[in-house]
Amino acid sequence: MSLNIALPKGRLLNSTAVLLEKAGWEIDGYDEKLRYYRLKSARFPDINIKVLQEKDIPIQIAVGNYDLGICGLDWTEELLVKYPSSSVVKIVDLGYGEGALYAAALPGEMADTEKLSSRKGITRIAGEYPNLAETLAGKLRLKRFSIFPLWGGAEVYPPEDAEIVLLPRKSEKDILDAGLVPFIKVVDFKAYLIANNNSLRTKNMADILSSLTDLLESSCDFPKTFHIIKTTEKPAARSFTKVSHDMVRLALPDGHQQAHVCRIFDKVGIKVDDYPSQTGNRRPTSNLDGYFIKVIRPQDMPLQIANGNFDLAITGRDWLIDHKYQFPNSPIEELLDLKYGWVKIVAVIDEKLPVEDIATWWKYCKDNQITCRVATEYINIADRYVRDNRIDRYRIIPTWGATEGFLPEDADLLIENTETGGTIARHHLRIIDKLFESTACLIGSTRKCSNSRKTERMEFLISALKGAMEMT
Amino acid sequence: MKAEKCRGFKDLTPDDMRAFRLVEDTFRDCCIGWGYDEIRTPTIEYLYLFTSAGTLTPNMLGKVYSFLDWDGWSGERVVLKPDGTIPTARYYIDNSKSGLARLFYVTNLFMFEETGKKSREKWQCGAELIGVNSALSDIELVSLSLDVLRQLGLSDIKIKLSHAGLIKALLDSLELSSDEKNSIFSRILEGDSAALDIVKMDKPETVEALNLLVGLKGKTSGFLKNIKALSGKKLDSISQPLDNFIDIVEKLETLGIDYRIDIASGKGFEYYTGLIFHLLIGENVIGGGGRYDALIPQMGGQSTPAAGFALYMDEVIKLFEPEALAELDVNKILVRIEANAMEEGFDLAEILRDFGYIVVISLDDKPGTGYGWELEVSSKTPKFVLTDITSKETTKTDDACDILKLLGCTEDVS
Repeated sequence: MSLNIALPKGRLLNSTAVLLEKAGWEIDGYDEKLRYYRLKSARFPDINIKVLQEKDIPIQIAVGNYDLGICGLDWTEELLVKYPSSSVVKIVDLGYGEGALYAAALPGEMADTEKLSSRKGITRIAGEYPNLAETLAGKLRLKRFSIFPLWGGAEVYPPEDAEIVLLPRKSEKDILDAGLVPFIKVVDFKAYLIANNNSLRTKNMADILSSLTDLLESSCDFPKTFHIIKTTEKPAARSFTKVSHDMVRLALPDGHQQAHVCRIFDKVGIKVDDYPSQTGNRRPTSNLDGYFIKVIRPQDMPLQIANGNFDLAITGRDWLIDHKYQFPNSPIEELLDLKYGWVKIVAVIDEKLPVEDIATWWKYCKDNQITCRVATEYINIADRYVRDNRIDRYRIIPTWGATEGFLPEDADLLIENTETGGTIARHHLRIIDKLFESTACLIGSTRKCSNSRKTERMEFLISALKGAMEMT
Repeated sequence: MKAEKCRGFKDLTPDDMRAFRLVEDTFRDCCIGWGYDEIRTPTIEYLYLFTSAGTLTPNMLGKVYSFLDWDGWSGERVVLKPDGTIPTARYYIDNSKSGLARLFYVTNLFMFEETGKKSREKWQCGAELIGVNSALSDIELVSLSLDVLRQLGLSDIKIKLSHAGLIKALLDSLELSSDEKNSIFSRILEGDSAALDIVKMDKPETVEALNLLVGLKGKTSGFLKNIKALSGKKLDSISQPLDNFIDIVEKLETLGIDYRIDIASGKGFEYYTGLIFHLLIGENVIGGGGRYDALIPQMGGQSTPAAGFALYMDEVIKLFEPEALAELDVNKILVRIEANAMEEGFDLAEILRDFGYIVVISLDDKPGTGYGWELEVSSKTPKFVLTDITSKETTKTDDACDILKLLGCTEDVS
């Protein structure tokens, strides 16, 4: 009987590798240099090991693709608070994992749980854990709240764009140093061994389980969640730019898009200081008159523009479309094609399958009675695509990167972006359809701006960027 | 691909629906008879209506169906309605109502149930009496609920009473942290009758009255009066809700309504502030309600007291045997119409339906079951052949009026 086990990349990789080494698993290649996703254990040759993003592991276990997995309690709880009857079982605390997820806010009434519950306005909660955020809102008994799910960079949101943020940090001190007050420890980042409920009932995994549990000291600690923190330490003093009504709030992308943005800005003489930042500064200044700039994830920009937190943002058209598919009436639009970062969004399957296009894929699913598992970062684009193509029964499996590694074991179809198709071909996959092409673009709100000074300032940037495009 | 219904949801069969309609119609008639107006609130409401203190407990909130609507870019979530009272309170506030309102509704509610074995969609018939806080209004609601059940022919109905104001005052009288108090109150509301056991252990010498109140199950107002006498001045804080409770049960006694006081049986909602009552047949709770004076101001409305109850349809319809509700065969006619006699056949069927018969057009030659009569309509003599299925007696005629007379449809027949 073969077993499938998911191991984490990222923050838990090193400690997990040490634990498995002690347990005698003898896995070749599970280290920081990680070159392959699929690994083998010399001690347990029958098990299939795959290395996944930690965030993907509870979902993969819940859908039954894996029998066992190791991941942080935060991602397990993020799944379980929303889907308590999902097939994920927490088995044992593995005794490592540093830090916690904190709810934090600026000092004052926002970090006071009693004042928060009697607050009359909308309390905005931003973070990478929307399900835990919703549970937090319930526990805080908030009268009215909004949740902004984020891909990252939560710390830059308060106070202008969120009152409360969920921040993953090593300690309370890290949050205080950033000028915020941690007032609830949502969950500890403990590494947990988790299992698929059905696998636990039906498969003999005793040798594997005991190889790990034999190494652990017995502990009856039940993980505390949503624990109120009464910190006496004061946060580091922070000063915030007062954003007046006539200032333009501009969101610039983090990550690999930064170099492209700088190149375009350079052409028209726009200088943004400390962007890209070596120190993680997400509030750069610039020579743009009347502009307030924050650096956030491109994926998060459409939602922020729709909510009026920003006036202009530079993101990818793929994320704009994904947002519009989720919220068709959302008041945002593309203002300018910035013509860099070209990718095509494609539907991808395993190349061994006798399928050439989406029509034959539909027939293949129907004939083989397949519940089509669609792995993707673009949840709403994928959902609409399979629905429009009348795939009878499907599941969307959200992923956080490296989606090509999911085929063929963990998904049947990918909706993925690609530039050259090289990565897809290297993974022995086949493109069966192109959904659309995407480049970077400037986006803004469809709502009319009532401040003429601000309108002039926005028009200045749009026209400058148009000029830059004409220079190419 | 197998066509399946969603896990945790159920179909209501024709048998279920016959019972459902009987309960719904009876409930509706009774409510109208008591001067209540019907409303229907949307299936989807904003989540925030249910999250603030004094609405749903965090444990209940963990089971609501919340999601983002198609225009939910603001991040405000919506829910499939998990409760009937809060949307009615929202309706009252939203429509600028003030003063007295008697409202009723029939609605489905959604609450996640982990095993998927019990239904996650439940139906309720609910009535809310808004704008007045008096023992009389509590009595009106208890009486209305009993009226519906009696009209449905149900007997042996038991009433269990508790009092949220008294429970809260009781917890306030103990030296507990606010977290502990909230936790015990939530446990009681979620049906954990052992939650108040802490009272029995806490300072037994000084709170004999509380121990009695929590531990015993009284059947008369005398029980509550005894507790009041025992508590004396030591428990001043419980005297006001206790007086209110005594007032209510005395009025119930005046009307000859039997009840049982069980303080620990306070299962209900966090918004309850006064009387809590449950209706039982055998051990099954088939309905319940309570007073919620703080809910409307809590939701942003003016200070408006209110109370209400609901009958749990899924439980009530189980009390009816399907056979007892099946349409009487004698009222059901199977009509076989020859192709050339379509007009006569359909005209006659329409008249029979006007007289209250269930007339089913036969679509094949197979014999029908469950019919009281069979009627053949032909273009040739005899044009009409009526057979009494029970006696097998047959009447043949060319005149439709003969058939109508035979079936008692004589009024205005020409």
